[in-house]
Amino acid sequence: MPDSIAIVGASLAGLRAAETLRAEGYTGTITMVGDEPCEPYDRPPLSKQVLLGQVSAHQTALPERRPLNARWRLGVRAVGLDRDAGRVLLADGDDVSYDRLLIATGVRARPWPNAAEGALDGVFTLRTREDAARLRERLDAGPRRMLVIGAGFTGSEIASACRERGIEVTVAERGPAPLVGALGGALGAFAAAMHRAHGVDLRCGVTVTGLEGDERGRLRRAYLSDGGTLDTDVAVVALGAVRNTEWLDGSGLAAGPRGVACDAGCRAFDLNGIMTDDIFAAGDVARAPHPLYEYQLIALEHWGNAVAQAEVAAHNMIATGRRRRPHLAVPAFWSTQFGINIKSVGVPTFSDQVMIAQGSLEDRRFVAVYGYRGRVTAAVTFNQAMWLDYYRMLIETAAPFPPEQRAMDRPRRIAPGTTGPVPSDVPDPAVLSHGPTIALTGHLPDERQVRLVRYATA
Amino acid sequence: MTTPDTMFKRIVDDASRPDPYPLYAELRRTPVARQEDGTYLVSTYHEIVALLHDPRLSSDPHNREDAPPDLSAEAGLAPAFIRMDPPDHDRLRAQTMRLFGPPHNPARVYGMRDELTRISTGLIDGFAVRYDGGERIDIVDEFAYPFPVTVICALMGVPRDDEHLFKEWADALIQTLDPRLDPGLQRQAMTEMGQYMAALIGRHRQDPGDDMLSGMITEGLLPPETLVTTAIMLFIAGHETTVNLITNGMLTLLRRPEVLDRLRREPELMPGAVEELLRYEPPVHMLSPRGALADIEVAGVTIPKGASVVLVLASGNRDPKRFRDPDVFDPAREDNQHFGFGSGIHSCFGAPLARLETQIALTGLIRRLRDPRLVADPPPYRSNPRLRGPEHLFIEHG
Repeated sequence: MPDSIAIVGASLAGLRAAETLRAEGYTGTITMVGDEPCEPYDRPPLSKQVLLGQVSAHQTALPERRPLNARWRLGVRAVGLDRDAGRVLLADGDDVSYDRLLIATGVRARPWPNAAEGALDGVFTLRTREDAARLRERLDAGPRRMLVIGAGFTGSEIASACRERGIEVTVAERGPAPLVGALGGALGAFAAAMHRAHGVDLRCGVTVTGLEGDERGRLRRAYLSDGGTLDTDVAVVALGAVRNTEWLDGSGLAAGPRGVACDAGCRAFDLNGIMTDDIFAAGDVARAPHPLYEYQLIALEHWGNAVAQAEVAAHNMIATGRRRRPHLAVPAFWSTQFGINIKSVGVPTFSDQVMIAQGSLEDRRFVAVYGYRGRVTAAVTFNQAMWLDYYRMLIETAAPFPPEQRAMDRPRRIAPGTTGPVPSDVPDPAVLSHGPTIALTGHLPDERQVRLVRYATA
Repeated sequence: MTTPDTMFKRIVDDASRPDPYPLYAELRRTPVARQEDGTYLVSTYHEIVALLHDPRLSSDPHNREDAPPDLSAEAGLAPAFIRMDPPDHDRLRAQTMRLFGPPHNPARVYGMRDELTRISTGLIDGFAVRYDGGERIDIVDEFAYPFPVTVICALMGVPRDDEHLFKEWADALIQTLDPRLDPGLQRQAMTEMGQYMAALIGRHRQDPGDDMLSGMITEGLLPPETLVTTAIMLFIAGHETTVNLITNGMLTLLRRPEVLDRLRREPELMPGAVEELLRYEPPVHMLSPRGALADIEVAGVTIPKGASVVLVLASGNRDPKRFRDPDVFDPAREDNQHFGFGSGIHSCFGAPLARLETQIALTGLIRRLRDPRLVADPPPYRSNPRLRGPEHLFIEHG
């Protein structure tokens, strides 16, 4: 068993890994490194209850469910990894040595591409509790009009919270509808209707081309790709996330904009595609193969995945050989927006068709089931979460798609003019791809290796 | 499984009532067991949980080939949502929940905390002196029955003084959950209780209070015929189940003096202990039969469309493939996702109230009663195999 374990990333995955280590009897040192100054906290409420004013951004601390007896290095960023020496290098010049390392550095909000515009007073991103506290304060002040840039889950939740508070909101989404990247176009149309029914000024197929400030550096106007302008004093940039892997540059690990590649046991690969046996990854930053999804390397930004993967990683850090476990949990996530509880199980983007299996779109309560080449691969419930376990079981057993038609609460019709599955209309992943460029170098067997040429721009 | 089984007969036999658990262990060897009457018994945890979340298993008795007579319909009443499927079930349950729990009424149950403690303490004070003086006390008649009944009366706005009326009806209607009895016997009780509730609703309409029934009337969310049915269902559900849970709790603790002492010293363990009780000695042993809407394959057995399916929750609660040392009562058990309140869309509506009542009841009883001892073990049981519990639980100062 190792004597010293370093966990880089002191959020949900890092915390749960540390708890699991102790629960499984590990008695050596645990060093928790986190770039934020505070102990681990929960992020899902930041775009929901915090913005609604129901809870303070500083009251979302995660419980420490057992004594961790850890060394905490908070408020200091990891800047490098020396695998030969077994050390994590910190921004303050210190370093942390390890026998086993867990990489759980997660993601950060993708910043507005123009740094000067992004620095205007009134331009926000939402990832940390400080972000949420600042945005909440601005919402409390009663802005004239909010602009939300991007209608993924975070952007949609922010728009929902603002409408619930009576704030005028414009949402600019580059794609054809909200949530398209996660749920496909078929459900995106429903999401768009949901936005509009709640009074959101939703503009799809539109990007924000510029943000303009006044003479005192306060945001006052946004320019749109359709030629329009929008007077606004608050804009939230909700353009997804960037994985925190830059600190691993030069470490020789297979880490890049898509995350840290690891096996189903959470062991990280090096650039050559060889498994390390002392470095593990978990949470949003990890990319792992999932057998239900053709062993593709999938990175998931899900709360539940962070927990499950961290537990497996921690177990495997102190287990050896056949006692090691695979991380095989079926992915799942949830969202609350516009009065609707959305829950998903499986990978909706891994699909070619979708159908409404129960409930009705008109009543805003239904189960959408996704299929890929004739088997069930995902299900998304809108105010119907009670059925999720059934559909998870269908996914786990590769049940045929479309699923059994004789069930309770069958929909009257699937979509206007149709009575069965329709294309799920998921964006082609090739278009979204932004992988690193690598080169094979060396001639002799002991020098031949993979070299990172450059990161593609994300 | 092709040979008809008579396990169900053995379980419902009165002789099995004090300890049905060895039969359940035997039953679990065949997770899905077809009985000679064509009913399927499901007894293992993972199969039960799968079926509780399966949209092909209907709670509407009309979907069973052996559908029993519909008492509500014969009494001129609408069906209760416990016997309905989505979407109608979901709508009625959600509208009823508006008056009882989150999101519209999150504080209702918790807000009853002080009143529950007051009622519980009052009942205990009523027999504690006699107990101390050496008198034999029946926990059922003196406490476990009057406590939840007083609470459900207050919550719903049913006059406690009408007990002489509703006790008989409730007893008769609870028997409909006993699979052996002729449901025709309860027709009159249903009719009379329906008339009683309709009259009570009329009075609350004139003079509404802050009780649930008044709220259901004034909010106007339920159609009138559904209002009567829903009121009857909630009222009856608030009776027997909690009585059994509290009684089973005392019985379980009295059989384990070391656990009782520990809970006395560490009352903060009580919420976990009540969860364990819901697993170990649940008040509902099996659900009313559900009907298969399609051929359903479970654990290698195909349950045919139209078949009746009985989920033996109390057996799932003791499944060693889900719970370590399932026959041990461990008040500090972790990962205790029991079926004490069922699971899925029909999971117990009153669960938050039952939890709080039982926590307060057991805490109060063990704090006040010094050196209690069982007079008879096992105690006499009610005949009902589905809602299982002692008819009396005599204790005395030991």
